[in-house]
Amino acid sequence: MAKVKMTVNGRQVGSECDDRTLLVHFIRENLGLTGTHVGCDTTQCGACVVHMDGRSVKSCSILAVQAAGSEIVTIEGLSSGGELHPVQAAFKANHGLQCGFCTPGMVMTSVDIIRRHGAQLDEATVRAELEGNICRCTGYHNIVKSVLAAAAEMGSAKEAAE
Amino acid sequence: MGLEGIGARVVRKEDKRFLTGKGRYTDDMTVPGMKYAFFVRSAHAHARIVSIDTSAAKDMPGIIDILGGKELQADGIGNLICGWMIHSKDGSPMKMGAWRPLAHETVRYVGDAIAIVVADSLAEARDAAEAVVVEYDVLPAVTQASRALEAGQPQIHPEASNNLIFDWQLGDADSTDAAVARAAHVTEMKIVNNRLSPNPMEPRATLGIYDEAEDHYTCYTTSQNPHVARLVMSAFYNVAPENKLRVIAPDVGGGFGSKIYIYPEEIVCLWASKKTGVPVKWTSDRTEAFLTDAHGRDHETTVKMAFDADHRIIGLKVDTIANIGAYMSLFSSATPTYLYATLLSGQYDIPAIHANVRAVYTNTAPVDAYRGAGRPEATYVMERTMETAARELGIAPAELRRKNFIRSFPHQTPVIMNYDAGDFEASLNAALAASDYAGFPARKAEAATRGMKRGIGMSCYIEACGIAPSAAVGSLGAGVGLWESAEVRVNAVGTIEVLTGSHSHGQGHETTFAQLIADRFGVSMDSVNIVHGDTDKVQMGMGTYGSRSGAVGMSAIVKALDKVEAKAKKIAAHLMEADESDIVIENGELKVAGTDKTLPWFQVALAAYTAHNLPSGMEPGLKETAFYDPSNFTFPAGCYICEVEVDPETGKTQIVQFVAADDFGNIINPMIVEGQVHGGIAQGIGQALLEAVHYDPANGQLITASYMDYAMPRADDLPSFQVSHQTTPCPSNPLGIKGCGEAGAIGSPPALINAITDAIGNNELNMPATPQKVWLAANAAH
Repeated sequence: MAKVKMTVNGRQVGSECDDRTLLVHFIRENLGLTGTHVGCDTTQCGACVVHMDGRSVKSCSILAVQAAGSEIVTIEGLSSGGELHPVQAAFKANHGLQCGFCTPGMVMTSVDIIRRHGAQLDEATVRAELEGNICRCTGYHNIVKSVLAAAAEMGSAKEAAE
Repeated sequence: MGLEGIGARVVRKEDKRFLTGKGRYTDDMTVPGMKYAFFVRSAHAHARIVSIDTSAAKDMPGIIDILGGKELQADGIGNLICGWMIHSKDGSPMKMGAWRPLAHETVRYVGDAIAIVVADSLAEARDAAEAVVVEYDVLPAVTQASRALEAGQPQIHPEASNNLIFDWQLGDADSTDAAVARAAHVTEMKIVNNRLSPNPMEPRATLGIYDEAEDHYTCYTTSQNPHVARLVMSAFYNVAPENKLRVIAPDVGGGFGSKIYIYPEEIVCLWASKKTGVPVKWTSDRTEAFLTDAHGRDHETTVKMAFDADHRIIGLKVDTIANIGAYMSLFSSATPTYLYATLLSGQYDIPAIHANVRAVYTNTAPVDAYRGAGRPEATYVMERTMETAARELGIAPAELRRKNFIRSFPHQTPVIMNYDAGDFEASLNAALAASDYAGFPARKAEAATRGMKRGIGMSCYIEACGIAPSAAVGSLGAGVGLWESAEVRVNAVGTIEVLTGSHSHGQGHETTFAQLIADRFGVSMDSVNIVHGDTDKVQMGMGTYGSRSGAVGMSAIVKALDKVEAKAKKIAAHLMEADESDIVIENGELKVAGTDKTLPWFQVALAAYTAHNLPSGMEPGLKETAFYDPSNFTFPAGCYICEVEVDPETGKTQIVQFVAADDFGNIINPMIVEGQVHGGIAQGIGQALLEAVHYDPANGQLITASYMDYAMPRADDLPSFQVSHQTTPCPSNPLGIKGCGEAGAIGSPPALINAITDAIGNNELNMPATPQKVWLAANAAH
């Protein structure tokens, strides 16, 4: 057993877990944050994507002990005060989700894609970057639309701020 | 239509919880004292179980108990059944073998459940499951249906000799044979419809809770139809009587058919909860999903399409072998029969049709309905054959279809269905225009200058939804009625709860159903809640599959709304001292037409509950229930056109454009309908280009048991889609809805394969059209 401490969604947390516990299970079982999902056993589907120290990671591929001391943001911590993050808002406006199961991972990945590429994103880049997130409902059409809309929105918001 | 009414693009009410991680799926549920289950499963495709030794495993840390099939059987838990009786053409009933929830004598496919391990943690349960020693007497296995019919193959169930479950037919053999014999041209094809795994992103899961004090069971489960699950588990599997069993299907992460059926795990976890005295949760991992979720398709077909000299189809002869897998899943017999052969007239006026279907056991996972269920198989047969026939006859594919379109309605086909409305030419024309079909030769020539082979293909599909008139399906062997129920509760403050037997697992019912209420009463969607998925809250309902929630589920709501409206008008007329027939409902108010007298909706609702001043003899309250049983199937139809470029060096196919033109009848929310089409097309493209379940024919091991091996469509495999709608309202239901959930998966595979075969100049190509297969087909043609 290991005592693991990390910051999750801005809060210091600590919990005892089996050494072999994956970060995704630590988040779901120990912390009760069930928005992060498990959709496969082979690091293919991306339903478990969270941000670790500002970068998107598949939380099924990291042991909880490896994440000790890091800053984790899950889907529950992406926005605050009842407002949706621009990526969440774009998914809603563009019907970028249906059953909602892949959605947390899709959103967390998309936030990171936009962080790295900014408003210059094009459809081909979004499709290539989303290769590690599987959706069975939407055919990706509206997810791609959502990411592009969010990138444009966040780009113009950034410009306005500058 | 208003901002929130019928036809408006309203963003979804349910989205916020999914976008913020507040969705609640079965695996998210925890209850005090809950323990974790892991199943011991067969490692062999076919074997006799010699012994099961759990002694070492039971001593491992954290183990509560390990339970097997003998104990389950001793407790009177029944075998799993297929709920649709099919009779062979000789009149004999289908030959259904026993499917035990936990096998203790014979295992028949890799993944067959043998024992349940219950432990403090999932890791401990999994460790102990690996320590259970099962001694097998391994038997030969067979995985391909046509092979399983051959003499000398392994016998999978004693009831079904030569593994034949039924040999069924539909239509008229003599007139069809005569048409084929006298035809000016016969196009004959051998067509394989590849086996698929549905793969909703949420794996199946269940939480069984037995309350000893109340002698009551609660089952959380990933179900598309919780009431059917309760009915079947009560009536057939003897888990508990219905009044002592509550089934809850909370947020469900996609289904595509695979979550219609009742599987061994729900039954076993409920039983194990009683045996162990603790709540028991099981969640499938992805490999278990590949092994045990019901698969789809897997047909081998020969087809003869007979034409007269004027290119009119005069007969269609189809012979299909359908792989059912190792056991008959809940609706497995209906999928390759009444959901398949009844659609073999396609969009065409065909005087003579005969279909023969043999359903066959193999040592593979059970096969049942997967998005489209029989209709994709029928459409693939029809539209591959039409396109091939056009090439053989040397006429344009669109013209051959036009020549044979059904143009007047109602139209009785020779295979049961009575098409009630449609305009097939409208969708064809829309798709031709949207795809700039006329400009294709120039694009092909341009592609050739880059060394690419460009092809274009189409598919004109029709399907039957709105499943289904209960008496009709009952006469065809269905064990259940396929109506839907609704209850509309107007609260005293005027807010409204709609309880529906439909179940939403991605379809957006919380939005579209609320739009219906907003449209009807002019109240805001915020004041309407849609309740579904809990047998303690919602009266008996039949659930969501077969694109039925709009056509059947919403029709039930309309019926209940009619009753609510009638009562509200009576109350309003009484309060305003007006004639009931003069009351109109507009913008959330009840008005006396032609006067300035109005009552807000909430005041009428309040009056119904205060009951201080109701019309004489009226019961208090404003709550109505309705059951809607459809009078016919509905018939969505459309035309899909796909254009591809094939790289002759590698055989890789690139989809350059994909056009869908659909007639779904009236549409409640175009945004949601388009989303359904996108998702369906993606699954169809997945089937045509990427996906296939492969078993090792030598030993029945599943080769494609993870996302490393089974090629799911990913974002970079797909294009964006161009979709449009043409509308002929459905005449048989009050909203004129046909249904849109499956069309994309039905219409797209033949369009894509027709495009590739056009590009490479070889009509013989099987799905999935991997680069290797396309390269071989392209080079075989030269």
